[in-house]
Amino acid sequence: MFKIVEKRALADNIYLLRIAAPRVANSALPGQFVIVRVDEHGERVPLTIADYDKAEGTVTIVIQTIGASTKKLCALAEGDSIADFAGPLGNPSEFVHMSDEEIRSRRYLFVAGGVGTAPVYPQVKWLNEHGGHADVIIGAKTASMLIYTDEMAKVAENLYIATDDGSYGFKGMVTAKIKDLIDNEGKAYDECVAIGPMIMMKFVTLTTKEYALPTTVSLNALMVDGTGMCGACRVSVGGKTFFTCVDGPEFDGHQVDFDEAMRRQAMYRKQEGDANQRHDHKCNCF
Amino acid sequence: MANKIPRVSVREQDPAVRATNFEEVCYGYNAEEAQLEASRCLNCKNPRCVAACPVGINIPAFIHEVAEGNYAAASAIIAEDSSLPSICGRVCPQENQCEGSCILGIKSEPVAIGKLERFVGDWALDNASASHIEITPNGKKVAVIGSGPSGLACAIDLAKMGYEVTVFEALHKLGGVLVYGIPEFRLPKEKIVAREIDDLRRLGVKFETDVIVGRTITIDSLLEDEGFSAVFIGSGAGLPRFMGIEGENLNGVVSANEFLTRANLMRAYDDEYDTPIYVGKRVAVVGGGNVAMDAVRTAKRLGADATIIYRRSEAELPARREEVHHAKEEGIEFRMLTNPTRVIGDDKGWVTGLSCVEMELGEPDESGRRSPVVKEGSDFTVECDVVIMALGTSPNPLLKSTTKGLETNRRGCIVADEVGATTREGVFAGGDAVTGAATVILAMGAGRKAAKAIDEYIKGKEQA
Repeated sequence: MFKIVEKRALADNIYLLRIAAPRVANSALPGQFVIVRVDEHGERVPLTIADYDKAEGTVTIVIQTIGASTKKLCALAEGDSIADFAGPLGNPSEFVHMSDEEIRSRRYLFVAGGVGTAPVYPQVKWLNEHGGHADVIIGAKTASMLIYTDEMAKVAENLYIATDDGSYGFKGMVTAKIKDLIDNEGKAYDECVAIGPMIMMKFVTLTTKEYALPTTVSLNALMVDGTGMCGACRVSVGGKTFFTCVDGPEFDGHQVDFDEAMRRQAMYRKQEGDANQRHDHKCNCF
Repeated sequence: MANKIPRVSVREQDPAVRATNFEEVCYGYNAEEAQLEASRCLNCKNPRCVAACPVGINIPAFIHEVAEGNYAAASAIIAEDSSLPSICGRVCPQENQCEGSCILGIKSEPVAIGKLERFVGDWALDNASASHIEITPNGKKVAVIGSGPSGLACAIDLAKMGYEVTVFEALHKLGGVLVYGIPEFRLPKEKIVAREIDDLRRLGVKFETDVIVGRTITIDSLLEDEGFSAVFIGSGAGLPRFMGIEGENLNGVVSANEFLTRANLMRAYDDEYDTPIYVGKRVAVVGGGNVAMDAVRTAKRLGADATIIYRRSEAELPARREEVHHAKEEGIEFRMLTNPTRVIGDDKGWVTGLSCVEMELGEPDESGRRSPVVKEGSDFTVECDVVIMALGTSPNPLLKSTTKGLETNRRGCIVADEVGATTREGVFAGGDAVTGAATVILAMGAGRKAAKAIDEYIKGKEQA
């Protein structure tokens, strides 16, 4: 069992959970994910790591309540425990293998969307700690959906916020902000890293392609075991099939077949809807 | 003469009923049936069954004890060579091993060695407990990676020798392929696998789930920081293979590993569990091994019309004959000499069929089996909404890439000698991680050999 040492609501239906998991915390690196199972009946849910503290032995995850398992997870309180917390899984971000000198020589643009903002944080934090340069765009539908803005402001060189309705910061999509930075503010980058909903990552890569800006994306494919055993997380990159869990989760965004990835992500939507209803129904029976 | 008694048939669930549930197919022998069947054994001077058993169980001796009703003695004889008789009695391919070489099989039916082994194994689970064994701790720690058959067998022997054994399991549940792969109707999880593992706990073996060695911790850290004197790798087969044909990433195409893991490990068929499974109305399973049979029979139980697609003929099916027989009884369709060429999907990307060609058998290939050749112009479509690929696995590169000095061969399997020693000092390996996908009994045998070699290695180092 793994204890929840901190729980906070970050926005509507978005929660932060800090979990006591010393072995995971000790090995975690930016870009990696964990598999979480709330209880005996829960799914194995893959979640990208949002922060880790080796000294305290804790790992932070940020969850949006979408299905039966994530709802159960977010219904727990501080001090409660979850059944399973396995990781870190997948490959760390490429820059963790670079020398500080190389890191310092590169300019990064991070594009974070919705709940995907959380896993961007440890990457920007790592770059900041190693003297790197990282600008960050955080995008959300509206101001009340923004998360991690204060934390990010501390580690980003420049933080830009974009809301679709203009309720905070730049009015428009993150793609428009990317264009604005490059076209109007004279910004130049060596690499873009986009993490967020598949549809956002797709359009970010279409935009960065126009500028020939190399772009890394972190895919949140469906998984069961997360260790390479099931192949549910198959994704086409450059016309070849890869397993997101062992070959990713980060890939060259310009090579990813996003339409296929989005279709595959919806594979169990009907069944998940049914499970959700069962869960909601149970919750109303008290 | 004893061999005039016909082979005692084993009681099974009615095929029409069991095709709709996950209860065990075979009920096994009761004591009376077991004694009668045991009495058929000729107790050969040169027992061919023992030579054909991958771990060399003294089969005539244990069967003799069963015939006499001395089940504890029978259990002790099996235990000399095998750790998990209630499991191997259920899943071993006996027709190619012990029973396949039984002398009675020439003129009539071989002795039902597997069913007798199962009887003794189950009797031992019910009546004998590992806690009776006196263990003197020797203060040395050994780490076992993976709680499948090879890891469990290795852990049992090391624990009995006095080692402090910790088994690290990547998944949340113990048992490896016995739990995520082999279905409940062939190997009950709570009644058999969980109880075998409880026996290990009574021997003092510690288990840590949710630990992915190579990610959560490394072999190097186990040896250098956590005080383990040796490590056994029993991490299993690895990544599922696909055919590389068009349409394989359509919605509705899954690996047998995924389908079985959802059903067995995650209990997706039970409404109480949140994990979804997509079964559709018509399921085509590509492959002819035991995993293909497990997948097709699971799909049937979940309400689909289920078909096996296999490119050779029935004689070449690598699955156990009993599984093929059971599958046919349950109404599984077998399309032999059929090879998929493309998965067909609708405009939304969901599977609607499998484009196939007919095959005919040509010359024998390097495996000795006649290799299938495409019949020109024989294209046809198998209509289905789910395609399950059961084509075997390729090794997971994680341990090699995170362990100094651990070598793999051209196929990516861990290099180990006949006792399991790898190219890294203090690290041993066995089971599918070394051989590629094979059987429970071979994995178990490899685990036991490695336990002996680990003991010798640690003692040798102490003396040096």
